Amino acid sequence: MNIHNIANHLNALADNSDTGMVFDCQPISGEVDVLQVTVIDREELPIFVSVTDDQILCITYLWGSEEVKSDRVHEMHESMLEMNIPMPLSSFSKIGDKYVIFGALSINSTFSDIEHELGVLNNNAIEIIDDMSDYLI
Amino acid sequence: MSIFKKIMTAIRGGASEVGEAIVDSNATRIFEQEIRDSENHLTKAKRDLTGVMAQQMAASRDVDRLKREVTEHEGYAVQALEKGDETLALAVAEKISTLESELSAQQQALDSFSGNADRLKELVKKSERQVSEYKRQLSMVKTTESVQKATSAITDNFSSSNSKLLNAKDSLERIKAKQQKFDDRMKAAELLESENSDNSLEAQLKEAGIGASSNSANSVLDRLKAKQK
Repeated sequence: MNIHNIANHLNALADNSDTGMVFDCQPISGEVDVLQVTVIDREELPIFVSVTDDQILCITYLWGSEEVKSDRVHEMHESMLEMNIPMPLSSFSKIGDKYVIFGALSINSTFSDIEHELGVLNNNAIEIIDDMSDYLI
Repeated sequence: MSIFKKIMTAIRGGASEVGEAIVDSNATRIFEQEIRDSENHLTKAKRDLTGVMAQQMAASRDVDRLKREVTEHEGYAVQALEKGDETLALAVAEKISTLESELSAQQQALDSFSGNADRLKELVKKSERQVSEYKRQLSMVKTTESVQKATSAITDNFSSSNSKLLNAKDSLERIKAKQQKFDDRMKAAELLESENSDNSLEAQLKEAGIGASSNSANSVLDRLKAKQK
């Protein structure tokens, strides 16, 4: 499994995805290959997919530290920890000063697993921003 | 230091800066070599184990056979005694004694093979745990590095394309607005659809002569005729 296989599969899906979403894939070149996956009509929250030796990582950036109301950071962290298990398939993390939501899949996952993961991740991202917006500027 | 701590220290210490590695690549290579070595040891231990288990099975079969023969000859000895043939009984007893010493030697061998097999099984299990633990740690280091490199690729891509990641609330608003627009379009389409179907129903009624009659020439003429009367 590599990002090019994934891109080919998602692009070929067009309107036939099981998630009801239409994906657009754009490879980003760098030291590590990254695939930028956008869901049509939700371009603001792209998913970045990278593949390592044993897993496929799907990451969406949520918000930056500077967007969090400074007096409510602790409360927000608590809420995020509490939401981490109920939230299907995805987890929270922080990369640099950005909060992210991500899902990690086995390298042996099927295309259908990946498609499902991307759909769920995208829905989770939107819902979590909505739920956490009280803590955000 | 655990690999978790190492990664945490590196991230906190600013190794998240582009180009700085969590663990230098040489260390990663050494680690990968260690994993390969452990896997080789594991393969050898498994081969040894197979050999020892084969010996264990052979010894166990011999022990069973000897035990059976001892029981059998004990029966013969008793029968000889019952017949009063002391000499024959003694000969059988001698045979039993030889069998018993053979049995004790085989039993010893079996115990030693069993001990060896148990020890090797433990070793194999331990090595397997060790290898999977090494792999997990290596995966953590590699994933951390990969995410850092991916992040820098994403950041570079964003700055070169002059677009930037939006504020989360703005993104949400925009997505919701698009969703609303989509919903509105769907609703409008439904409305239009239902109006169209109303029209077609009206047409069908008219065709069947039901409902408001059209101002056909005939009906006009009828009206005029009625006035004349």
